Amino acid sequence: MNENEARNTNKRALLSGPYLIWIIAFTVLPLIVIFRYALSDGAGHVTLSNITAIFSPIHRKALWFSLKVAVGCTLLCILLSYPMVLAMKHLGLGKRGFSLFIIILPMWMNFILRILALQMILSNNGLLNLLLTKLGFEPLHIANTETAVMIGAVYDYLPYMMLPIYTAIMEINEDFIEAAKDLGAGGFTVFRKIIFPLSLPGLLSGTIMVFVPSMTSFVISNLLGGGKTQLIGNVIEQEFTTGSRNLGSGLSVALMIFVLIGMAFTMRHNTEGKESVVW
Amino acid sequence: MKRLKDIASGIYIGLIGVLLYAPILVLIVLSFNKSRMRVKWEGFTLDWYYELFSNNQIKEALITTVVLALASAAIAVLIGVPGALGIHALRKRPYKAMMTLTNIPLLNADIVTGIALMLWFVHFIPLGFGSVLLAHITFNIPYVILSVLPRVQQMNIATYEASRDLGAGPVYSFFKILLPELVPGIISGFFMAFTMSMDDFVITYFTKGAGVNTLSTMIYGQIRKGIKPEMYALSTLIFLVVSVILIAFNALSDRKKTPKKNIEERI
Amino acid sequence: MSDVILTLEHISKSFDGKQILEDFNLEIGRNEFVTLLGPSGCGKSTILRIIGGFVRPDAGRVLFEGRDISMLPPEKRNVNTVFQKYSLFPHMSVADNIAFGLKLKKKSTSYINDKIAYALKLVNLEGYDDRDPLSLSGGQQQRVAIARAIVNEPQVLLLDEPLGALDLKLRHEMQRELIKIKKEVGITFLYVTHDQEEALMMSDRIIVMNKGIIQQAGDSKSIYDEPQNAFVADFIGESNIIDGIMVRDLLVNIQGVDFPCVDTGFGENNPVDVVIRPEDLEIMPEGRGYLTGRVISVIFKGAYYEIKVLVDDYEWMIQSVDPAPVGDLVGLTIDPDNIQIMHKPVRDDEEVARDE
Repeated sequence: MNENEARNTNKRALLSGPYLIWIIAFTVLPLIVIFRYALSDGAGHVTLSNITAIFSPIHRKALWFSLKVAVGCTLLCILLSYPMVLAMKHLGLGKRGFSLFIIILPMWMNFILRILALQMILSNNGLLNLLLTKLGFEPLHIANTETAVMIGAVYDYLPYMMLPIYTAIMEINEDFIEAAKDLGAGGFTVFRKIIFPLSLPGLLSGTIMVFVPSMTSFVISNLLGGGKTQLIGNVIEQEFTTGSRNLGSGLSVALMIFVLIGMAFTMRHNTEGKESVVW
Repeated sequence: MKRLKDIASGIYIGLIGVLLYAPILVLIVLSFNKSRMRVKWEGFTLDWYYELFSNNQIKEALITTVVLALASAAIAVLIGVPGALGIHALRKRPYKAMMTLTNIPLLNADIVTGIALMLWFVHFIPLGFGSVLLAHITFNIPYVILSVLPRVQQMNIATYEASRDLGAGPVYSFFKILLPELVPGIISGFFMAFTMSMDDFVITYFTKGAGVNTLSTMIYGQIRKGIKPEMYALSTLIFLVVSVILIAFNALSDRKKTPKKNIEERI
Repeated sequence: MSDVILTLEHISKSFDGKQILEDFNLEIGRNEFVTLLGPSGCGKSTILRIIGGFVRPDAGRVLFEGRDISMLPPEKRNVNTVFQKYSLFPHMSVADNIAFGLKLKKKSTSYINDKIAYALKLVNLEGYDDRDPLSLSGGQQQRVAIARAIVNEPQVLLLDEPLGALDLKLRHEMQRELIKIKKEVGITFLYVTHDQEEALMMSDRIIVMNKGIIQQAGDSKSIYDEPQNAFVADFIGESNIIDGIMVRDLLVNIQGVDFPCVDTGFGENNPVDVVIRPEDLEIMPEGRGYLTGRVISVIFKGAYYEIKVLVDDYEWMIQSVDPAPVGDLVGLTIDPDNIQIMHKPVRDDEEVARDE
């Protein structure tokens, strides 16, 4: 880099100034504030108890259930997404047009209304059971269970997993697939050796977009869990609306630490300098 | 063998389609249902559509939601595009630091972001439309940055230099030469930000204070009393509008792309 | 042909209602270096993709050692392809790329390692095992692609414009190297290119194609010296193609002047196309030779001068080691051996290709 160029890029770096100010004002400082609340007992004394409270028996149960839902929902979304995207690719559904359309459209409908509609389908005398009894099967009792919360989470977040995987797979050059076949790879080998590894950035983005929200949502568990099952999100929300802000902040900070550890773990597998693309 | 795979693919897409769209279909059917009760069908009616248009509360929430989405996405673009250009010019270490900061709102749980902003806002501004707007801009900027940054990396600086060489000033060259290359990234960033803002509930819920409602928070408030059927009518209309927009958008971009070239290369 | 390895029988293919190949027939011998040569869109790559198994023909069969393989998927065919854009797997090292096919065949690790070393040596890339393919230059990537195909010991190697993306100097170097590799591994090469010079230099046999139809097949010399129609004459090297009238056997009338020639069997007083290579025309002082015209341009081309001489309304192109002064009147002469007579085209694919 010559001197002139160096000066030009330096000048250009200044363009990120307003953004840096914004980050400090609305990302960094709020985090400092939440840490201050979390480390205080409300009477001005410093304490760690708000953060460690996440391991207390009542909260441990919610945390455990949250992890279960998050891991289960993420895995199910992955398992459902790949065949979907491959099927779309196989049928050559208008490359971008139609396929993107059916994935994106549900994201634009209000999610609370969609979850309410799902509640009507899953409830004990809902549409699903109506259909089952008509067909001569036993009705299912999934309303207000953990299963219902899991179904709701998968239903709500599936498009967020499908979209990045779809983008990643559709971007794979058809030439690579032909080259693999030419060298003797059958359908499954092509998937295992070419399509899957090349879709990993998409998989990672999808995981980020599904794991954390499904772990911390409180609307889905409120509506589909019937108040009996609590995610960590529910606990935090309740602390803020009716309990202690300090405890709520402490639990939030604990949650953040969990997420960061999880993400650091996931990112480790993707440290070859390739940026993950969320959209 | 190939036919079998075709059929299996079709069936699978159909099944996922049912999973994704059955609840939406329920909403649409309910919008034409005479009964205020949820599941029972008591005959066809358009009443809820009439009532929707005379319901000021819903109208207000809808306007708030759309204005919020448009404004926050637009401001996010205004800050994010120069931000991406600037970040690209940074040296390795500050670059990494900025990217980490950019990822925080994406990685953090919405509930944590919402609470942190709320605890911060109460120190100096009243919670209301302004605080919600600031919150939405905050979580929208990263989407703009991440959409635009790859375009900046692909950008051909040589064209900018050529433009300067031919006598154009730096500002003119930026708008005429560099910006057009960024436009696809800016559009998808704006689109993404707009969607995220429309879709947000949690962060709005914590930062809005009393009196302001977006569609999401209004619906959440209605759950206990029972959802007004006008909401079903509204979501049916939204479904229609979004479908039309997406179909038109696809038709446009399909026409622009010429897949022919690809085929010819292979003959 | 005594030992045929690959046979294409009555192959037809159309894309989007556009006929690409029509009743295409070809036999390829074991160990032959056959080149499909033609302008882009002539169907040559489609033939390669049909043999590779990526395109299914609408009609016709592909026989490999007499066995019909038309219905086999690409991975079951004992042919490998070197793709135009290299198509190296970006998430694998050079060695992993080369090992790809061998691992699928469950070869032992030591066998695979030996093969990788051998192949990298063959393509002059020793020590590149652990490199990321995207960090290599175009020429190096193409070498890896060749190595990746060859380690599988295919009976037929398909090469789809493999040198098309390389610059001229590198292309010449790779041409020589490909011939060397071909000699070393001793397998059949089916090569696709639109570069006539490349085809003439490398091939045992050239198949000149236009619009999905074979125009002429033969070795380099016969293709160059005896083009059978205007398309071939024009596509292979530069030519003067002019209307003539076959007065009788051994005599053709061009621009009102009778030329002795060596061709027979074109009837009497029939219109024909006459092909004369620019290097076969000789400039004489004014008044001598068959034709008289004015020199209108002279361009120095390095090894020779390209001279244009206007006779009536036809511009003759002449390549000569000596220049001629622009504006001078000169005579033109030609040896009867170097006059090539062709029938007038009956189909449009036999005509000189026009830029569209």
